[in-house]
Amino acid sequence: MRRALVAAFALGAAQPAFAADLTVGAGGRFATISAALEAARPGDRVLVRAGTYREPTLVIRTAGVTLEGQGWPVLDGQGVREVLVIAADDVTVRGIVATNTGISNLEDRAGIRAREVRNCLIEHNRLRKNLWGIYLQRSADCTVRDNDIEAEGVRQTESGNGIHLWYSPGARVENNRVRGHRDGIYFEFSSHGLTRGNMSERSQRYGLHFMFSDSCAYLENTFRDNNSGVAVMYSRGVVIARNRFERSWGSAAYGLLLKDINGGEITDNVFERNSTGIFIEGSSRLQVRGNQFTQNGWAAKVLADADENSFSGNRFSGNAFDVTTNSRSSNTTFDGNWWDEYAGYDLDRDGVGDTAFHPVRLFALVVEQHPAALLLLRSPLVSILDAAERVLPVLTPEALVDRRPLMRPPR
Amino acid sequence: MNVVSLVLQAGLRDLSRNRWIVAYTLSFLGIAEGLFWFGGTGPQVLLSLLNLVLLVLPLVALVFGTIHVYASREFVELLLAQPVPRRELFAGLYLGLALPLAGAFLVGAGIPFIVHARDGATLGGVAALLGAGVGLSLAFAAVATWIALFTDDRLKGVGLALGAWLASAVIYDGLVLGAAAAFGNYPLERPLLGLMLANPVDVARVLVLTQLDVSALMGYTGALFERTFGTALGTGIAAAALVTWCVIPLGLAGRRFLRRDF
Repeated sequence: MRRALVAAFALGAAQPAFAADLTVGAGGRFATISAALEAARPGDRVLVRAGTYREPTLVIRTAGVTLEGQGWPVLDGQGVREVLVIAADDVTVRGIVATNTGISNLEDRAGIRAREVRNCLIEHNRLRKNLWGIYLQRSADCTVRDNDIEAEGVRQTESGNGIHLWYSPGARVENNRVRGHRDGIYFEFSSHGLTRGNMSERSQRYGLHFMFSDSCAYLENTFRDNNSGVAVMYSRGVVIARNRFERSWGSAAYGLLLKDINGGEITDNVFERNSTGIFIEGSSRLQVRGNQFTQNGWAAKVLADADENSFSGNRFSGNAFDVTTNSRSSNTTFDGNWWDEYAGYDLDRDGVGDTAFHPVRLFALVVEQHPAALLLLRSPLVSILDAAERVLPVLTPEALVDRRPLMRPPR
Repeated sequence: MNVVSLVLQAGLRDLSRNRWIVAYTLSFLGIAEGLFWFGGTGPQVLLSLLNLVLLVLPLVALVFGTIHVYASREFVELLLAQPVPRRELFAGLYLGLALPLAGAFLVGAGIPFIVHARDGATLGGVAALLGAGVGLSLAFAAVATWIALFTDDRLKGVGLALGAWLASAVIYDGLVLGAAAAFGNYPLERPLLGLMLANPVDVARVLVLTQLDVSALMGYTGALFERTFGTALGTGIAAAALVTWCVIPLGLAGRRFLRRDF
């Protein structure tokens, strides 16, 4: 009787009048989560007490339901199935531990999946040992925040992504911690997203990977110890600001790799101790401003097919190589950066060096052609060669020059 | 009293009276401290000092060492007239040169890093630089001793020392660079690593690189570097090579010292 009444209200007003609490577990009305989800009406809260729940894949089919764990209940996939699927709009999932989906080569099993819904909220959950962590599939305007996601995948082929967005526009991914997945955070065909304050580390591939996702912003994230760093490809209008890119080591590892990005701002980020800090290929109209490049192998590799990009107000210090490119001509401009290797003077005291700085070293070109020569890095002979080349540029691209190098580091 | 320590003490006394070694210590101290003063952060100071260690330190150890051994000639002949084992006399002679050189560098370059410990130089980087400097001092002191015992002509000896410095600090790398360019199409990693180990200056440089520039070294396409430098193994191999570079010239010099007729 009561249930019928609530249903009538819900149908009539589309606004749940009496949201009920359905309790699962010790002392609660329901023994299983699936039974509670079955009974839930729009707007109800399903409260799950502490304990371990081994049930067939849970599917939330009722709009507006909140699934909330109390004392971190463990939802166990027992190594054979997906754990939780959100299949209705306006659903909130909070405070649960989703674990152990097992590895499958046939299905993309996720700890928590949102499947073709709108406006879901997934927050304060823990995901452990899942093939995929949180998977948004054709789900718009969802928020994923404050989740802690960890996997112990060993190989790329046997591992999925921590937070995976596929055709999911308008997502907000905030303050999550992701460790040990294949890609920490992955956006594909998901435009207008905001990614802020996440920590993505020890990924087997990219800490952040996004493809075909236009007009997204990535702010204040930290990407650390990822096998291949961060890759941003085939998108337009991206904003990447105030992030930290650290310790991506390897010949194919990049702090930030930009491929075919049209229009974007890369500002106030820190690139520290990466094999390559920032790698720009086939991208145009990128503004690289106010970043710090510290102790990278190559601070910036800018290929000649990159067009109309500009570097200004950046700080380069302690890098083995500041800038390299693969051609004598260059369409990238460097203006008003601070270079620790700049040895010029400032007679008029306007804070800008009076002589130009050529950031591409002769030795960088030598290494480009004969990689093994890298072993001579920091050799006195190499310093002599570089000094000679700077005085009389013969081989290095003359166009690639900073005519207004700063005398003091910005900020 | 032990002859080694006796000769060593004499050598030390001789050197401490020598203004050169004091100036040497102070110059390292001044340069390292100055680099910090002029706004350098730890890693930058390390890199600047690395150039100094690779160029100046071998030069001083070779030239100064050769001159020192020649200057000790009369003292050595005097002692040889006494019932003194040659082996111990030789040990004292070498240590009396090598220890002050290494010590002067260690004090001069080390103190500023202790004073500016909070300026961001990693412990590994500082240890590698100081270790490389000490290793180079010991190795080139051994080479200098060898050169001085090899020829009695002092001018020739100092000339040889200068030649050895030029060869190991600059020319050798030029040849390696030439080889890398000439044989660029061949897998060069192993031969090049071998060539690096064959020159103490390069060993010292690689030792510091494994600490300071590991990000760049890992960017090399060959997996060999990653395996060699990514672990403590690379540091270990480099350190072992430096020790070898002390032992071999010292052995040669020692053999000559034991057999020759003064």
